[in-house]
Amino acid sequence: MNSFASLLGKLDIHALPHDKITQGGAASLVLGMVAVVVLLTYFKRWKWLYREWLTTVDPKKIGIMYIVVALLMLLRGGADALMMRAQQATSVGAAHGVLSSDTFQQVFSAHGTIMIFFVGMGLMFGLFNLIVPLQIGSRDVAFPVLNATSFWLYAAGMALVNLSLVVGEFSAAGWLAYPPLSELKYSPGVGVDYWIWSLQIAGIGSLMSGINFFVTIVKMRCKGMDLMKMPLFCWSVLTTSVMIMFAFPILTVTLTLLALDRTLGMHFFTAGAGGNAMMYVNLIWAWGHPEVYILVLPAFGVYSEIVATFSRKSLFGYKSMVGALAAIAILSFTVWLHHFFTMGAGADVNAFFGIMTMLIAVPTGVKIFNWLFTMYQGRIHFASPMIWFMGFVFLFTLGGVAGVMMAVPPIDFQVHNSLFLVAHFHTMIISGVIFGYLAGITYWFPKFFGFKLNERLGKYAAWCWIVGFILAFGPLYILGLMGATRRLDHYSAAMGWQQLFIVAGIGVLIIGLGVFFQLLQFGVSIWQRKARLDYAPDPWRGRTLEWATPSPVPVYNFAKLPEVSGRDAFWAMKQTKQAAADKDFMDIRLPKNTPAGLLVAGFAFAAGFGIIWHIWALLVIGGLGVLSSIIIRSTAERTEYTIPAKQVERIETEARARESYA
Amino acid sequence: MAAALLATIIHYLFTANIPVLQPAGVIGQKEKHLMILAILLCLIVVLPVFTMTIFIAWKYRESNHKAKYNPEWDHSRLFETVWWAIPFIIIGILSVVAWRSSHDLDPFKALAAPGVKPLNIQVVSLDWKWLFIYPDQHVASVNRVEFPVNTPINFELTSDSVMNSFWVPALGGQIYTMPGMSTQLHLMSDRLGSYNGSSANISGNGFAGMTFTAVSATGENFGRWIKTAKNSSKSLDTVAYQALAEPSHDNQVSYYSSPQPGLFENVVMKYMMPEMSGSLPPSHMMDGMPGMAGM
Amino acid sequence: MEESAVVRPPSLKEERQEADSKTIFGFWVYIMTDCVLFASLFATYAVLHNNTVGGPGGKELFSLHYALTETLLLLTSSFTCGLAILAARARDKDKVLFWLGVTFLMGFGFLGLELHEFHSLAVSGNSWRRNGFLSAFFTLVGTHGLHITSGLIWMGTMMIRVAGSGLGRINVRRLTLLSLFWHFLDIVWIFIFTIVYLMGGAGV
Repeated sequence: MNSFASLLGKLDIHALPHDKITQGGAASLVLGMVAVVVLLTYFKRWKWLYREWLTTVDPKKIGIMYIVVALLMLLRGGADALMMRAQQATSVGAAHGVLSSDTFQQVFSAHGTIMIFFVGMGLMFGLFNLIVPLQIGSRDVAFPVLNATSFWLYAAGMALVNLSLVVGEFSAAGWLAYPPLSELKYSPGVGVDYWIWSLQIAGIGSLMSGINFFVTIVKMRCKGMDLMKMPLFCWSVLTTSVMIMFAFPILTVTLTLLALDRTLGMHFFTAGAGGNAMMYVNLIWAWGHPEVYILVLPAFGVYSEIVATFSRKSLFGYKSMVGALAAIAILSFTVWLHHFFTMGAGADVNAFFGIMTMLIAVPTGVKIFNWLFTMYQGRIHFASPMIWFMGFVFLFTLGGVAGVMMAVPPIDFQVHNSLFLVAHFHTMIISGVIFGYLAGITYWFPKFFGFKLNERLGKYAAWCWIVGFILAFGPLYILGLMGATRRLDHYSAAMGWQQLFIVAGIGVLIIGLGVFFQLLQFGVSIWQRKARLDYAPDPWRGRTLEWATPSPVPVYNFAKLPEVSGRDAFWAMKQTKQAAADKDFMDIRLPKNTPAGLLVAGFAFAAGFGIIWHIWALLVIGGLGVLSSIIIRSTAERTEYTIPAKQVERIETEARARESYA
Repeated sequence: MAAALLATIIHYLFTANIPVLQPAGVIGQKEKHLMILAILLCLIVVLPVFTMTIFIAWKYRESNHKAKYNPEWDHSRLFETVWWAIPFIIIGILSVVAWRSSHDLDPFKALAAPGVKPLNIQVVSLDWKWLFIYPDQHVASVNRVEFPVNTPINFELTSDSVMNSFWVPALGGQIYTMPGMSTQLHLMSDRLGSYNGSSANISGNGFAGMTFTAVSATGENFGRWIKTAKNSSKSLDTVAYQALAEPSHDNQVSYYSSPQPGLFENVVMKYMMPEMSGSLPPSHMMDGMPGMAGM
Repeated sequence: MEESAVVRPPSLKEERQEADSKTIFGFWVYIMTDCVLFASLFATYAVLHNNTVGGPGGKELFSLHYALTETLLLLTSSFTCGLAILAARARDKDKVLFWLGVTFLMGFGFLGLELHEFHSLAVSGNSWRRNGFLSAFFTLVGTHGLHITSGLIWMGTMMIRVAGSGLGRINVRRLTLLSLFWHFLDIVWIFIFTIVYLMGGAGV
């Protein structure tokens, strides 16, 4: 019995949740998973799941999986937000709110971690997968199996974070886990380890995706599509991929060093014994700042597509827009110190980084002007994606003003780590990243499913998000100026903060209403799909190549790889009334499905769990499993299959028939 | 309705207690002026952007058939030059301001008040309270720092725990406190009053309770306060300090007489010492020694 | 109407060349990310290398002769790896296996020397748990060692594969990638030798 227990490392019965809130969360998670298993079994869909989704290497399917997981994580992160607002609206004076200090601290740490890594990155990679191959006129990404592996690693990271809700605890050190607080001495539990390893695993997946999409765009554009003829969304993906490649190795190193401190007793960041906690702060933000631009640049790319399409006009200032993307990408690596002006680096250093930070506002502002002038003298159709965009313009600009303010170091001294800061970055991330990706999902949904989402519910959702956001975060700007620091689980009544926290709580409820409308929108649209199904390949009168395929898109994307001669290739094709190809079909070779990605990620998950709980046998098995999976995969001989030309012809003919039926 | 909302907000801004906008210290004043300047400069861009957005969205909506439709017009050297250049110039101005003010308001820069001797206060952030040592007055206090008005204060700060941030928004900006390192902050209050202070960097379970009071008093009252502290029966020797350093939540204000000379310096230095030596006993948990069995 | 739209399907050869060029390009890009990884470790080492907290530093702990031996082993292995690639281009299976074997042995020897150095440091009270300097040293040099280990595992599998299925297009491509990897690790080692051992040994 004793040796069995020691085999389990630090894991024992006490790892299960103690307090009601965590128990509730864990129970709903477990029940949700059980429900999924029951449904799959009842409808006898296991084989289908394995064949169509778990082993797929089709970027379109991988993209959908990313987005589904990301949206689920949005619900979890949102639940965290609701709990935080409830706590801060009620924990005043003698009352101590609904959560214990420790639970509250885990909740906000989980909130930030989940929103950035699993919602933001998930939605982003989802859109990369869905859209990039289509927009560059290609059939696939450069490395399909690597692509699948990236997704499953992301899922493994997500699984670890969620597992911490059921077994063990999560980090209580914030979404970036500064030492010495995150060192073993001050965080002796497994929380920080869960944080480290879920991010490490997901981060490797992200790095691989950065490489993958970079090579895809550089090497696989269709004939005639020079770089300066690509849709701007692809430019945003290209610049983002470069940023990922330079930034994510830094994260890998930083997480490793913290893990080495905690697991092997090293002294990189410990207080004492020659550790330097400031080094961690520098490293983590050298990754962290580019990361937020990684999240937002593709959202800018989405806006560029949406504004041009819905204004029925070509994007204004294409060259300038490309230049702005490149400028932002480069500058984003030169500003990281602005996250810790208050750490005492001295006036010269602070001022330098402050100036570099302000410079980024210039290309960002340029983009807003170019979008406005795309709309100018256009014919604007205010479908819901445009509502998201309009909300973005107003909110992002205001948030940007706050950002420029904080770029001046002495101003930052007064608002650093206050709710003013929290309001600023939520403004940028929500109105920039989230609005952008949600708009993108609405915009491109019909391409992959053959029917549009219910527009009325979509507009309600957008408005709720916009109004809810203003109510939820407007007060936070003021609270910051009132001296409210972030991450407080309690404050005295004399501060006079409670009213504003209550307003903020109402705001979050309205955002929640917006989320409810979106869920309703999905539900209603899918329920009514037979009536709404029109298979229209081009429901929004698009301009770029993805609209040149049938809806839903066949597995091979294009029966014949397109050849283009200018920007907005599809728009040009429509102007010249270029008919779709209906002869000369060829055999198409595509990569076969494989469980390699799933296996690698599964073993990585096991290894991560092993390290966290000091179950060394599991770590060894996991590590060997990853290695073996890679080696075995590399021995695979026949990794492609062929779709005969006749079948391609049949698929295309059927698609054409469906379109005219609608 | 929007106007009513705006009016409510503005009214609120002027009546509520908003220390950053109603500073009681010379540094805070300058920081507030910087904020206003930055906002005004940004408005040069923001107001036209908002106006244009509303105008363009309204005029060029598809139901307005009278508006000109020019689908091919997609570039203009002139416009690009304007909207690259003007923000660049504004940022240029703000950069000069940032450079100058970063030096002028450097927390490490001592404040001058002619004829007034500065007050030295040493600050140690502990779990989860603030210790203030007055080396020249030979007293120490927990969670309350008092000083005479119009007197430059030289804060010297460190942490005997994790990173914290010392922040009294009514007086001016914050500075991090870090174990094994000492930082500085120079503030001066220009009106009497009692102000809230907190830690602005999460430091663990009891972090929210790490609030303290900063009191700007007349010279006389300050003298009286020092006397009260001196009369405390507790002296801050090594043993007493060790007891204080134990983790505790929501500490009440307390006073110590005769803090051990060099106490602050020892707290900083002990993190530089090899683990086995040092004049202070090691902190309550051994640093980074996980079980290695089974590895 | 569709003059240029009827694209001649790419020949199998063209497709394969494209695939190869994509893979090799992708691998170069991966190596670039590995550079960033090592750069971060070097930066950390630079910040922490004097944090000995009173203990011995590089001057006391490093033996330049030892490091030089390691360097010669690794540099030579890079040379023999190059010979293996030349043999691969010439489709000479036996030569490939021979030179890969030599490379493997030298790499293995390098690793052995490194592990020996780590072990003697650890048992003499200078393990990675002693101070920031040693943590940084063991991690920087150790990460390089882990990369070498991965390279050796890769090399071993390639040797088995080449012995079994010969020097087809895919195996030659994989050998090319392996040699890129091996040379890259050699270059990183030059930096380690210079910054850690040479400069550390001189007490910089």
